[in-house]
Amino acid sequence: MSTAAATAHAGHAHHDDRSFVQKYLFSTDHKIIGIQFLFLSLFFLLIGAILSLQIRWQLAFPGQPMPGGKLLPESMAAGGVLLPEYYLQLVTMHGTFMVFFAIMLLLVGVYANFLIPLKIGAHDMAFPRINMASFWSAVVAGLVMLSSLFVTDGSPRAGWTMYVPLSARHDYSGASLGQELWSISIIFFGLSSVLGSLNYITTVINNRAPGMTWFRMPLSVWALFITAILGLLAVPVLAGAAIMLLFEQILGTHFFDPSAGGQVLLWQHLFWFFGHPEVYILILPAMGMVSELVANGSRKPIFGYHSMVFAICGIAFLGWIVWGHHMFVSGMNPTLGSSFMVTTLLIAVPSAIKVFNWMGTMWRGNLRFHTPMLWGIGFVAMFTIGGLSGIFMAATPVDMYIHDTYFIVAHIHYVLVGGSLFAIFGGIVFWYPKMFGRMMNETAGKVHFWLTLILYNCVFFPMHIIGMAGHMRRIYDPTIYDFLKPVQHWNVFISISAFLLFGTQIIFFLNFWLSMFWGKKAALNPWEDNGLEWSLPSPAPHGNWDTPPTVYRGPYEFSVPGASEDYIPQNKKLPTDREPALAPAHGD
Amino acid sequence: MRTLGSVAAVGAGLLVWALGGPMFAAAPTGAVDGATVSGKVKLVGKPAANPAIDMSEEAKCAAKYTTPPHEEIVTVGAGGALANVLVYVKAGLPADAKYPVPSTSVVIDQSGCTYHPRVFGIMVGQTLEIKNSDPLLHNIKALGKKNRPFNISQPAAGMTTTRTFTAPEVMLPFECNVHGWMHAYAAVLPHPFFATTGPDGSFSIKGLPPGTYTLEAWHEKYGTQTATVTVAGAAAKTADFTFTAK
Amino acid sequence: MSGWLPAQASSFAPQIDGMFWAIMIITGITFVLVEIGIVWFSFAYRGRPGRQAHYTHGNGTAEIIWTAIPAVTMVILGLVSNGLWTQFKGRNSVPADAFPIEVHAKQFEWWVTYTGADGKFGRVTNDSISKTNPTGIDHSDPASNDDIVVRNQLHVPVGKPVVVYLSSEDVIHSFYVPEFRVRQDVVPGMQIKQWFVATVPGTYEIACSQLCGLGHYKMRAQVYVQTQADFDAWMQQQAEKAKGAPTS
Repeated sequence: MSTAAATAHAGHAHHDDRSFVQKYLFSTDHKIIGIQFLFLSLFFLLIGAILSLQIRWQLAFPGQPMPGGKLLPESMAAGGVLLPEYYLQLVTMHGTFMVFFAIMLLLVGVYANFLIPLKIGAHDMAFPRINMASFWSAVVAGLVMLSSLFVTDGSPRAGWTMYVPLSARHDYSGASLGQELWSISIIFFGLSSVLGSLNYITTVINNRAPGMTWFRMPLSVWALFITAILGLLAVPVLAGAAIMLLFEQILGTHFFDPSAGGQVLLWQHLFWFFGHPEVYILILPAMGMVSELVANGSRKPIFGYHSMVFAICGIAFLGWIVWGHHMFVSGMNPTLGSSFMVTTLLIAVPSAIKVFNWMGTMWRGNLRFHTPMLWGIGFVAMFTIGGLSGIFMAATPVDMYIHDTYFIVAHIHYVLVGGSLFAIFGGIVFWYPKMFGRMMNETAGKVHFWLTLILYNCVFFPMHIIGMAGHMRRIYDPTIYDFLKPVQHWNVFISISAFLLFGTQIIFFLNFWLSMFWGKKAALNPWEDNGLEWSLPSPAPHGNWDTPPTVYRGPYEFSVPGASEDYIPQNKKLPTDREPALAPAHGD
Repeated sequence: MRTLGSVAAVGAGLLVWALGGPMFAAAPTGAVDGATVSGKVKLVGKPAANPAIDMSEEAKCAAKYTTPPHEEIVTVGAGGALANVLVYVKAGLPADAKYPVPSTSVVIDQSGCTYHPRVFGIMVGQTLEIKNSDPLLHNIKALGKKNRPFNISQPAAGMTTTRTFTAPEVMLPFECNVHGWMHAYAAVLPHPFFATTGPDGSFSIKGLPPGTYTLEAWHEKYGTQTATVTVAGAAAKTADFTFTAK
Repeated sequence: MSGWLPAQASSFAPQIDGMFWAIMIITGITFVLVEIGIVWFSFAYRGRPGRQAHYTHGNGTAEIIWTAIPAVTMVILGLVSNGLWTQFKGRNSVPADAFPIEVHAKQFEWWVTYTGADGKFGRVTNDSISKTNPTGIDHSDPASNDDIVVRNQLHVPVGKPVVVYLSSEDVIHSFYVPEFRVRQDVVPGMQIKQWFVATVPGTYEIACSQLCGLGHYKMRAQVYVQTQADFDAWMQQQAEKAKGAPTS
């Protein structure tokens, strides 16, 4: 932003005479919007988790009445025993809520909003009102999606991937209005996502403070920026596909109907063309945040900052040309399978680079094992497993065997839970003081981390084993198959671990809510970090800075020899620093 | 003023009688009074053999049979008695007549991977109780055109669920998608004047008020036959139907 | 080679399992190095008073090494995988002498058709599909007279290449036999060929492996891998049955 605009906002930061509704409900302040997204997405994380508990009950104890099952209507559970059509609704809505309304909103809705202006030294996003619109369209999308549970015939049940023709025809799936509501919700969600992306991209390009050159940006900002580009280009494809599906359902179009010239596989190509960049949307911001947590915890610069930036860009770029690996056995031309295999194997490389660089960051560091660092290290350890399991499925002959088995489910959850969710937990604890002015309880945080780490591995590691045995996905009762009888005991083990894992999250839940009122009041920079946000009060005020800070160095100047502290904030001026020439704009 | 009031009172009374009259006039039927129409349905000629059902891949159902099961499309007894024919009053009842819906349910049971009964009648608004007596998954898909279709799964033995129909529909087919040979047919009627022939091919429809009626007999393979019958008072009448095997 | 992988009952299985274990070794080594590295660094470099971290922004040589090794490994993996993939799935992969069987999937049954003595499948049409004709045989086609249709049973001779012609009546299903390591989605509007050689006589299961509706979990069929003599006897028995009323 130019200095003129900066001065105009200077007055703003002192007087805040907005009403409660303006300040907290219909806020245009990126920090409040970030917090609104936080509450919204944590709610959906809880919903998604509750759905998964029911899935796990059915898999461990098929045919047995579920505790609380009698509270469900007869159409979902007959005498407390979950019915197949309800089970399929559970798996569909678990995936839908978790992917879109929990993880995507937690990573992008929360942290793109909260962190970007703070970490680049801006007063707010480039388009604060569009930012607000992005939040409220996400709320509408979430409510529409939730409503599908309560309409006639219930929620959609064709899997979160909604393959046609099952999803397109009520007489095949048994769902009716709920199916349409999914499409409508996704359209609103797409709107929210695109509005957000526009803001993040514009803000990063235009609103960096003086001295904040591209290669002085923290990796979390790089990751969020690249993610926003992915979202801008990929999410409209999903919205378009959802519109086509909606037309198929209610207008009688035949895009996907082979008897009328349509193509069944068209849906899969459209969905996965979105779907693959989507999974990088779900991991890149987490990787960015982990860089902050690990550098801070190691008291060392990120090892290979430039390589890390290029790895983020490489993952994003390659992410566009791998979608067919979801379709190796779909009936698509096998030669296409070969080309997608090559690109998919290659995408392992930038991810590997990142893991080695995080390890390099820890190497010869002066490690502080605060809760955020624990989550960061946990991410590296767990994401490695998730990434490595991906190599099995990249190899097409092996994928022929493990496609649509629990080996895939294991992979998904290692990268999304052990990866994204671990980073989110770390990020919540790390930036909590800047959001709410208080610290979360450190002991509770550590207990939560260790219990979660152990139980989460108990839940998801055995899924590799049952997947290897051939256990299919989305199966209501695996015990009818002879070849699965030897591994049914794993289903019981996984489910019990899952119930315990859910219980453990109560620690986080309590820590999160109670600390907000009774947590230790936070200092300006409790983690002794270098980011610009830590030069602001906790919580950060509306408008952030009176005048934008000036940036003199990169984001990871920890343990600089000869420095008085083992960290030097980006905006701290040392006698040896020169003023930057001009505020960078339009991509300096 | 008082004259106006009296006129209004009489007028209101007349109005009530005019509108309410028919309500009180129509006697609830299907009860003890009324005539009975009965008869026999026969099949002439030799029917094609019922297709055998290959239940070899559904052991728990196959075990319920001592002889190989067949799809009971045509069930013929002694002297050509044709079972599973749905006979009902198609025309002749007063258009605005309303009949009380029985509180008892019609039960359809999935047992031995077949529907029992295969053909039945049910009143609009009457409860259909769907039972699964097999220890495995059946889904029952009602392919209604005038009634909202439904598709319910029952993965275990002992599960029951209920449905009601809102519109007359003759016939409403049921199928199971897990066992493609399973078929059943329901006649959803706004009145209680229907019966399904048993193994001896006979049917009996009771409680018909005086009038001239068109009866229709429906068979899943041989189509429909009609007959006209006039009843007066409580005298019993007969109506027989004959289908020809093709 | 098994461990948790099921028994190997097709010619593909040892090859796929071989790839699986090769990848397991490569990823296993990486896994051990990374996880041990993390634990070791956590202990060795834990913060202690008076210590200082080593200030460095990275090492170009390290970057090159840990970029090149994964990249080369992936390329090799890709080349080997592709060889097998083309063999299993390629357009010209089906052996010329493969024994043809039609497998027609519908919610929620597998309908299997054999050519019978004439070696030709009768024409099937969507319009001919009915309650008593689940695969839609067009009986006006004389080639259909000796076709054998069975429900939820796939009989194959051991040691001979078999090709299944997969079709779907309604939604996407997936033909999957774990012990064969074979999987192929069955897509409405397409007829997809998948070949295999069953190598061990016995009974195996087909599990539908693409969500196809509420009965998806119950869409199970049996594969009977038989000696040529047993297979011929079964076909003979079926042919005689087919001469009578149609089997449902």
